[in-house]
Amino acid sequence: MVEVAFFAGAIGALGGAISVIALRNPFYSVLALVVHLVSLAGLFLILYAQFVAAVQIVVYAGAVMVLYVFVAAYVGGAEEPLWEPIPGQRFVAPLLAVALFIELSIAVLGTGLQAIDSEGPALDAGFGSPAQIGELFLERFLIAFEAASVLLLIAAVGAVVLAGRRRESPDGG
Amino acid sequence: MAVEWYLVLSALLFATGVGGVLIRRSPLVILLCLELMLNAGNLALLAFSRSTGNEDGQVFALVVMVVAACEVVVGLGLIVAMYRRRLALNVDDMRQLRG
Repeated sequence: MVEVAFFAGAIGALGGAISVIALRNPFYSVLALVVHLVSLAGLFLILYAQFVAAVQIVVYAGAVMVLYVFVAAYVGGAEEPLWEPIPGQRFVAPLLAVALFIELSIAVLGTGLQAIDSEGPALDAGFGSPAQIGELFLERFLIAFEAASVLLLIAAVGAVVLAGRRRESPDGG
Repeated sequence: MAVEWYLVLSALLFATGVGGVLIRRSPLVILLCLELMLNAGNLALLAFSRSTGNEDGQVFALVVMVVAACEVVVGLGLIVAMYRRRLALNVDDMRQLRG
């Protein structure tokens, strides 16, 4: 049962990821990324990360992707030019990606980590629940939590400064 | 499922994201490929969290999500600024720091 769920999620995540880089229209790429994120949320559920899966659906596949859809609709689906600044980029880049995958797989599978080929220990029922994660965030990782809130504030201000209209330019920026 | 399956899937997704960044030239799609890579990292973090029975990895994954959200907001702001200045949305044309 777990195997079926894993392979369904893995095929969805991988298909979504390949669609993101293969589709020519950026709007369809965004929609493919939504498929990828929802499949990954299923995998997170198998890994007993219920809260992270819920955040993935609500924040990522919901809010962040809506932002992407708005920007993709705003700038329009511009076709990419076929001209390549680096000769052979279209063929060398996939080779580099495959080489990276092989290298990462060797590093992961050849590692001396123990219990990497087992399912992991038996977990209690509350593992990964919002209560446990919230307790960790507010006690052990309080500084990281506060730093994250400051980072989000700075990013919001930065986006307004970057994308806002400039008053000094006569043509509306 | 053994943890190594998740790790290999995570490596595959990360390599897909890297390939996308190298191949595509639209800044919007490059941001999407960055999301692919961050999510592959999240999957590995959660797999290790499951394998060690420790929730710290899940907290780390949530912090990665916060960083990804910030990156999206700033990146999309840059794309909108490029579009407003009528620059071509092509990363190969962006060769100078001064607009």
